[in-house]
Amino acid sequence: MTSPLAPRVASLAPMALAVALAAAIVALLAAILALSGFDVAPALTALLRGAVGSPYAIFSATLVRATPLILTGLAVALAFKGGILNIGAEGQLLAGATAGATVALFAGESLGAGALLLALAASAGGGAAWAAIPAWLRRRFGVLEVISTIMMNFIALYGVGYLVRGPLQEPTRIYPQSSSLPAATHLPILVPGTRLHVGFALAVVATLLAWYVVRQFAAGFRLRVIGANPHAAASAAKLDVPAVTMRAFLLSGALAGLAGGVELTGVTYALYENLSPGYGYTAIAVALLAGLHPGLVLVSGIFLGALEAGAASMQREAGVPLVLVSVVEALIILAIVGARAVLARRGRAAVEVGT
Amino acid sequence: MTEALTAFLEATVRTATPLAFAALGETVSERAGVINVGLEGVIIAGCFGAVVGAQTGSLTAGMLGGLAAGIAAALVFALFVVGLRTDQIITGTALTLGALGLTGTLYRAVFGTTGAALTIPTMRPVPIPWLADIPVVGPAFFRQPVVTYGLYATVVMVWWVLYRTHAGLALRAVGERPEAAEAAGIRPGRVQAVAVLVAGALGGIAGASLVMAQVGTFAEGMSAGRGFIAIAIVALGRWRPVGVALAALLFGGASALQYLFQSAGTQLPYQLFLALPYVLTLVVLAAGMARAHPPAALGRRELGNH
Repeated sequence: MTSPLAPRVASLAPMALAVALAAAIVALLAAILALSGFDVAPALTALLRGAVGSPYAIFSATLVRATPLILTGLAVALAFKGGILNIGAEGQLLAGATAGATVALFAGESLGAGALLLALAASAGGGAAWAAIPAWLRRRFGVLEVISTIMMNFIALYGVGYLVRGPLQEPTRIYPQSSSLPAATHLPILVPGTRLHVGFALAVVATLLAWYVVRQFAAGFRLRVIGANPHAAASAAKLDVPAVTMRAFLLSGALAGLAGGVELTGVTYALYENLSPGYGYTAIAVALLAGLHPGLVLVSGIFLGALEAGAASMQREAGVPLVLVSVVEALIILAIVGARAVLARRGRAAVEVGT
Repeated sequence: MTEALTAFLEATVRTATPLAFAALGETVSERAGVINVGLEGVIIAGCFGAVVGAQTGSLTAGMLGGLAAGIAAALVFALFVVGLRTDQIITGTALTLGALGLTGTLYRAVFGTTGAALTIPTMRPVPIPWLADIPVVGPAFFRQPVVTYGLYATVVMVWWVLYRTHAGLALRAVGERPEAAEAAGIRPGRVQAVAVLVAGALGGIAGASLVMAQVGTFAEGMSAGRGFIAIAIVALGRWRPVGVALAALLFGGASALQYLFQSAGTQLPYQLFLALPYVLTLVVLAAGMARAHPPAALGRRELGNH
């Protein structure tokens, strides 16, 4: 017997949990800062200022950083939803940026504006191609994609390292990076007077598309069923599990690759090794924080974008190392999986009592 | 040529040592049904612990520091995975992310942001009389730091515990049929927690030996994927201690190839050699997984009637 109030209380629980989570994260962040010997108040002030302290901070720092996080977050969320543990968004992002840079550098002058679209398409294709290898290894040999995608991340990193010192190096051969992309292949600015580029709008559109697909279409239903229980999906629903998994894996890679292309044509304008400060890894926190919900990825992507923007200013103004962010992200993930495990156990206990 | 070969084999064993320690620990934990993708985080914690311990100037303190840090990292993992039954893969990923960030932060907080390379005492090779004089293989296997000899002993010990003791039998039972093990009076959760902590200790030693017998300093993210390679090594070694040790040698060889080619004066780009162990991991996983039999309960969240 459930009272009408119960569902409403249940729907409030995640909100309360989120607030408690945010408070816990700030408290833990303060504790880590204090333990590491930093002054807590100025550091946290710098964090806030750098993330949301001014229109410049919001548009040119937070949302610019959120853009690749939303796209890679979507990539991870879609994969996880389909039961694919794609930890390789970082490598797929780099592969996408490499493919995009190659197209933009060789076709940018001749094709003009079309080159930008072609470069973005190439980056999505590059990411999908990079994901295709672990996807094939899983399908053909049963290789755990957790390990293979991480290996692909390292291979991508060294691959870019080679290219920007070899075939793609800028003509003076001094810096380990490619030439600057032709102006025609730069993404237009979205908000005049800031650094926010059209890539953010692209990320929002991708979010809505992913949300719509997962919610409305048979494709989304298949993905969710397979993610929930691949055996039942194959035997009861007669789904071609390997084919759906393969498509989801490639789509995930394409989104991560697009993130690389957008970062390249919207922010860096050149290819180099440190193009991504670990966006592909942060993406896991983005996706989990959103509960793998594509619509919420937009929110969690902006939240973690703000956190990273704030951390950058914390490093500049208070000398706090940037890597501290990954500690916070890890704590977020642990808090979520821990809370979910506790709630699931309570739920089960309640069911057992009820029967 | 013999000289180059000896140097190559010596480098092979040296680079294989941390990998083998980590992979042996992971073998113990996986045989109990727990895959710790956070091994990378355990290793970097061990690296940092060793640097802190070695500040006393004592190698033993460095080793103990690495050991303690590895166990501490594994304790976090055990609390979530065994205590709360959270997803092993996601929890492990978080552990790696957190340990990489925390060690990086603490390193800069404790040792300054100057970036000046911190030097610590390193382990020198201790040749074993007679054995070290065997041509080619002698120096490779028996003119190594003490920690490598500790590795040889660890291989034997892990084998003995797994296959010749009641504790080992209980551990393997939990990894294969947790329900049956529980019916036989074994507490699966407790066995898994101990296995994860043992793996943490060995992962910590792996990090310590990386710092003190190989690199000689600490750098952010210096574990560089060794934890993930070690997990691949466990699969390649078919979850058996001796097989795992041999698989670790293969990967040590892949990393050591760059010394061989450098001495031969090749023009191949060095990134090729840096990427080689990762490519090799993919190839051996593809070749090895087809016929491999991982522990039946590996990665399972629920263990029977809880």
